[in-house]
Amino acid sequence: MTDPILDIKDIHVSFDTPDGPVDAVRGVNMKVIPGETVAIVGESGSGKSQAMMATMGLLADNGTVRGSAIYRGTQLIGMSKSDLNKIRGAKITMIFQEPMTSLDPLYSIEFQICEPLRVHGGLSKQAARDRALELLELVQIPNAKDRLKAYPHELSGGQRQRVMIAMALANNPDLLIADEPTTALDVTIQAEILALLADLQKRLGMSILFITHDLGIVDAFADRVYVMRAGQVVEEGPAEQIFNAPREDYTKLLLGAEPDGTKDPVPETAPMVLSANDMVVTFSSGGGFLGGKLREVKAVKDVSLSLQKGQTLGIVGESGSGKSTLGRAILQLLPSDGRVVFADNVISGLSRHQMQAYRRDLQMVFQDPYGSLSPRMTVGEIVTEGLLVHEPGISAKDRDRRATEALRAVDLDPAVRRRFPHEFSGGQRQRIAIARAVILRPTVMVLDEPTSALDRSVQKQIITLLRDIQTELELSYIFISHDLSVVRALSDTVMVMKNGEVVEHGSTANIFNAPTSDYTRHLMRAAFDLKSVLKEHANTIA
Amino acid sequence: MIRYILRRLLGAIPTLFLVVTVAFFLIRIAPGGPFDAERALEPTVLANLNAYFHLDKPLYEQYFRYLGNLLQGDMGPSFFRRDFSVHELLADGLPVSMLLGSLALLMAVVFGSILGCIAALRQNSWIDYTVIAIATFGITVPNFVVAPILALIFGVALNLLPTGGWGGGHPANLVMPVIALGLPQVAVIARLIRGAMIEALRSDHVRTARAYGLPTRMIVVTHSLRAACLPAVSYLGPAAAGLLTGSIVIEQVFGLPGIGREFVNAALSRDYTLVMGTVIVIAVFVLIFNLIVDILYAALDPRVRYE
Ligand SMILES: Nc1ncnc2c1ncn2[C@@H]1O[C@H](COP(=O)(O)OP(=O)(O)OP(=O)(O)O)[C@@H](O)[C@H]1O
Ligand SMILES: [Mg+2]
Repeated sequence: MTDPILDIKDIHVSFDTPDGPVDAVRGVNMKVIPGETVAIVGESGSGKSQAMMATMGLLADNGTVRGSAIYRGTQLIGMSKSDLNKIRGAKITMIFQEPMTSLDPLYSIEFQICEPLRVHGGLSKQAARDRALELLELVQIPNAKDRLKAYPHELSGGQRQRVMIAMALANNPDLLIADEPTTALDVTIQAEILALLADLQKRLGMSILFITHDLGIVDAFADRVYVMRAGQVVEEGPAEQIFNAPREDYTKLLLGAEPDGTKDPVPETAPMVLSANDMVVTFSSGGGFLGGKLREVKAVKDVSLSLQKGQTLGIVGESGSGKSTLGRAILQLLPSDGRVVFADNVISGLSRHQMQAYRRDLQMVFQDPYGSLSPRMTVGEIVTEGLLVHEPGISAKDRDRRATEALRAVDLDPAVRRRFPHEFSGGQRQRIAIARAVILRPTVMVLDEPTSALDRSVQKQIITLLRDIQTELELSYIFISHDLSVVRALSDTVMVMKNGEVVEHGSTANIFNAPTSDYTRHLMRAAFDLKSVLKEHANTIA
Repeated sequence: MIRYILRRLLGAIPTLFLVVTVAFFLIRIAPGGPFDAERALEPTVLANLNAYFHLDKPLYEQYFRYLGNLLQGDMGPSFFRRDFSVHELLADGLPVSMLLGSLALLMAVVFGSILGCIAALRQNSWIDYTVIAIATFGITVPNFVVAPILALIFGVALNLLPTGGWGGGHPANLVMPVIALGLPQVAVIARLIRGAMIEALRSDHVRTARAYGLPTRMIVVTHSLRAACLPAVSYLGPAAAGLLTGSIVIEQVFGLPGIGREFVNAALSRDYTLVMGTVIVIAVFVLIFNLIVDILYAALDPRVRYE
């Protein structure tokens, strides 16, 4: 066997918290050999991300690392910052789990892609810009040339993630560490990006170490797999072996955790709770600081929908197709045209103040759990904030009890109330965001990618949780996701969107079993048959 | 951009008009009149004075007369210091206050940001604790306490600096007032920058910058400081307007002829026109600085760019 490019031995990570030390990673060993693709899977909070952060010297201030991580004969742990900086961003690059916040909001994407190119490669300004453009085209950002000057907030989550991928590939690294690299992407682009990575890997001999909760990707993409749980590796082996003959119970559990079941449709007589007609959302963007040309983009074009009590409407579609925008527009969180009726009241065009009366009934769980959780509030404060606004009468004790209930409902230890969001893993943050909405007992919940940051086993719990609260509170959901299997498990009806328009709209059974449009079929294949899609790509490239 | 500024300036006109109107009637509601404070005047003299200044006319007529004059740039004569026009008094006092204020502002920005940054970068070290202590002191101890203490130590006990007076704007006369005026602002800015900087240094995108091997200087200056300036910029808008239009306390303690002191005297002696003049000056400063803040903010943060 060739020498490993990265050899991690007995890595321990612990964090200092007000509640005492948290041992996030407890003696992890991992190896990556040149040209290999290694996947790390495991439940949320099992230490997957922190093991990688520790290796790269990126732990938060309260974290400490012990152990050894050797990159091509050099010890990374305890290395001086300036030496480490010769490797980070040049030889080893990273893609982070949080696409929404991993780019600096104050700088254009051109600036951010060029920075490492200029620092490590010593490229001239023009050369760096040319390369940045090339990279954006490589990761298939539409109109790459115009997008160079765009700021992160002008891009969708998936587009930001692709910018991150472009940054990661800029200096032709030896090793790419990717933390949920395609989680924010829709399935078709996910397939394209994975094919792209596989191709680059072949051409450049790059190794990939990636963290994912999507076993479909692991199956199609990885050579070897590490399964992590509670800070330790519980099983390790070639992908086929893990899938065909898992040894550990936990691995078996993970494999069996694909979302299943379908939702019983609501009776036709169920009352209508929400309807939206001819929704149009227009954004103007571009126009630099000193003026300049302004572009108008129609993010949502004439979309209509309706929702009955207890019903779930799934919205699927590629990134930038306007799913989240539509969700926000319906809840009047964005200026839009169109008529929205909630419980027989027209709520479109209401002032912010007038909307206040409906806010409690209409809750939203945002796509980006980190960005939407205020970093300076404790989890307890975040979860109960809405109660203070909407039920100011209840006592501090009752509030606390409700917070405990809500946190329990999303399977978090109520003792976490005094901790801050940055101390939680991606999946835990997502559960906090759900608890914050559920505590208000709303009527309609718009869930924007609520499970995309979660591993399958937790996802299954969240799906069960969402089903349970739906029956209990007769909630209606608008469920936005690019994860088709979750949508299938939860929705009565499904709407497929592309470029702000509805491509197809129908009952879940019809959309999944007998899709009528080419686009939907394409989507289904990328989601449920990734392996053959990747093979096809590899053949066309070869 | 130019269009934006013009639009904002035009938008300021109604605000200013509103301020003038409200101030005009508010001060008239206050009991007493401009000529009460002196020894009781002969009724005939008082009547003459009132007639001379048109105070015998109905209020609305006085208001329109004032507005008319104002539009021609005439703020009228001072009621109390009758030999001077309001214009002259402001022209005398404003440079004093502005010099004082801009020096204090400069001090606040320079020392506040440096201290805030250092404290954030050395979080929980003795430097950090010292900065926090200074900041807490600067914020909690009001300047009507700081100013006399400074004067007592450096003026009386050590006899290093003049205890008061303008001295024609001699630097020695400025040192203590500027420090007394600037210190609380240094404290506020240091705290704002420190907090925002710590948050920025912890953010996901700074982690990205570190993961891409950027040198510390770029991480701190490019990716943290710019974001850390934002709250300080918003704070500085109204604060700067306040500083430049004179501090009542500081000018009183150090006996400086700025418009802050003028304003108090004017208000106490019901010098209607002078009060109006000062109010207008302050309002104009506030509007201008709000505009500057918005422009600066947009220059720093692409997310709030206007069109
Ligand atoms: N700064 C911190 N302070 C305290 N605890 C932390 C901190 N950062 C992470 N943790 C804890 O470390 C553990 C491991 O987190 P990590 O981010 O590695 O999880 P993960 O396996 O990547 O999960 P996910 O799939 O949800 O992203 C979690 O329990 C988390 O709460
Ligand atoms: Mg993670």
